[in-house]
Amino acid sequence: MTPLIEALLLQAGYNAALVAVGAALLGFAAGAAGTFLFLRKRALVSDAVAHATLPGVGLAFIAMVWLGGDGRNLLGLLTGSAVTAGIGLLAVEWMTRRTRLSEDAAIGAVLSVFFGLGIVILTVIQTMSSGRQAGLESFLLGSTAGMLFQDAIVIAVGGSLAVLATWVMRRPMTLVAFDAEYAAASGVNVPGIDRLMMALVMAVTVIGLKIVGLILIVAMLIIPPVTARFWTERSQSLIWYAGGIGGVSGYLGAAFSASAPDLPTGPIIVLVAALLFLLSLFLAPARGVAAAVFRHRRFQRKVHRRQGLLALARREPIHDELTLRVLRGEGLIRADGVATETGRAQAAKIARDERRWDVAREIHQDTGLAGRYDGLTPIEEVFAPDEIAEFDRRIGGPRAKREGP
Amino acid sequence: MTDPSVTLAASGGQAAAQVRPDAALSLRGLTVSYGEKPAVFSVDAAFPAGEMTAIIGPNGAGKSTLLKAALGVIPRLSGEVSVFGQPIETVRGRIAYVPQRASVDWDFPTTVIDVVMMGLYRQVGLLGRLTGALKARALSCLDRVGMASFADRQIGQLSGGQQQRVFLARALAQDADLYLLDEPFAGVDAATERAIIDVLKSLKSEGKAVVCVHHDLATVRDYFDNVFMINVRRIAEGPVATTFNGETLNATYGGRLAATHIDQLNLVEGA
Repeated sequence: MTPLIEALLLQAGYNAALVAVGAALLGFAAGAAGTFLFLRKRALVSDAVAHATLPGVGLAFIAMVWLGGDGRNLLGLLTGSAVTAGIGLLAVEWMTRRTRLSEDAAIGAVLSVFFGLGIVILTVIQTMSSGRQAGLESFLLGSTAGMLFQDAIVIAVGGSLAVLATWVMRRPMTLVAFDAEYAAASGVNVPGIDRLMMALVMAVTVIGLKIVGLILIVAMLIIPPVTARFWTERSQSLIWYAGGIGGVSGYLGAAFSASAPDLPTGPIIVLVAALLFLLSLFLAPARGVAAAVFRHRRFQRKVHRRQGLLALARREPIHDELTLRVLRGEGLIRADGVATETGRAQAAKIARDERRWDVAREIHQDTGLAGRYDGLTPIEEVFAPDEIAEFDRRIGGPRAKREGP
Repeated sequence: MTDPSVTLAASGGQAAAQVRPDAALSLRGLTVSYGEKPAVFSVDAAFPAGEMTAIIGPNGAGKSTLLKAALGVIPRLSGEVSVFGQPIETVRGRIAYVPQRASVDWDFPTTVIDVVMMGLYRQVGLLGRLTGALKARALSCLDRVGMASFADRQIGQLSGGQQQRVFLARALAQDADLYLLDEPFAGVDAATERAIIDVLKSLKSEGKAVVCVHHDLATVRDYFDNVFMINVRRIAEGPVATTFNGETLNATYGGRLAATHIDQLNLVEGA
């Protein structure tokens, strides 16, 4: 455990500390920038864009060697990757708009063709005299072994710009993601905003090449906002929640991979993010699976309680096991099934409320109030005491005629 | 075969063909097509301020398309749009649009008050603060549609009618002069329909122009001052009292309205 704690405290060496900080920054930027991509339901487009960076990396390397420079210059490689990613994005847009292909088909085509082309170019580079030690294939899944201070600076600067752009443009991006027609009607340039979202994806992909690599970067863009969605109902806070989840994933993932030899950084970061997602999926208070199961069970018990009490009021036998258990559990019936004092009182109240609802439905036929009848909401929560008194007056007398003999 | 629409539009003889300078929204030669098939063909229209106009026509007649194309939500093939006599781009702030409910993802992470605040985004810009005063304004708009107590609900928890009211509140927050609504009464409960029509009538009395795509012929007479009848082309346009009759309905809906139905509508006229 000690190596992990050292890594978490940034004490596992210069490179490990650099990677952990870089990964946290990248994770934050990716989560924040991916938020509106997720809300706009265009996650897969970002996958196509990410894969389309590969040929650019290779071509930039060839061009820089050709011009007599160092083929591994990071800024040069990143510029090249941005160019082909942009072309890939335009290709998806063009196919979707001008042909009968749907967007998913266009994404599939662009993703595989650009990636295939990139692999061919990398293979060609392997045969070049200066290409053998280029190590370009590390861009596929990221490689943090030789990460430099300047790489961390690129991530910090690029990531900050992406987060800043997301924050500045949050309102038009919210409008477009929520309701593109309304956005267009109020003068927002919808295609422009869509392009901006993709530009952010491109920026994050490009700065993430070194740590996570282009194949897995889409996970960093999408998993954090999806995870954050379990914890908030407001799109503006979603940006920061997603950034936080991405940042934590990046930091923890980098620390884990530094704590043992030969653990790949990028994939571990993605797995940490996925773990946070799973935890949220099950444990989130309102939208989580556990909460849903709990709510359902509570609802079920309420229904059984009401059915049981109505049966008591009508002196009908109860056979349902769960109903009996619920009634016994609340002390409404004795072990032998006979109603207790409280049980009889509750049963009378439920039967009476049923009749009050009948009257309420007649009086309030056309207002929304009658629609709130579900048999479970106490009538006192819907109507004021004077209204209930009026219902009682119409029912007439505390003892109603329909009550059994 | 003669085209009845041409004669009707001509014999209607309304002021629509010449662009009225006082019109809140006027369209000239508006044409929209999906592929080679025109959805709206060479439509002239003028929607006056201080009055409520219903756009009616059968399914696929281009009612919603007309609104969206006027607003630039979908591209026009040709035609001119002017709002209060100006090109639309210069007066966007004076227009509020209420889209159909179905156009939205209702699981979107946003609360009722946030949706209403969207109506203020244009005014506050990218970085302007949504101050307490603006929030109070949004709340008062919610109150106008009877939804103030729902301000902090996630929008997915609302009923269809409530969602429609929230959309209307967002439009009210824009404090516009021209309100364009796409089927605001579709699929809402009776109480909501009444709440919406009350708000629209109060807008009208404030001198605003209200234009609704409308599908319920039975309520046209009660709700609207003017009617604009469209079936790809403009069929007729004018005050409900004179324009909304069996002849124009037949021309608009072809054989699709039963004669009895039209008779019932005409009975209302006699009443």
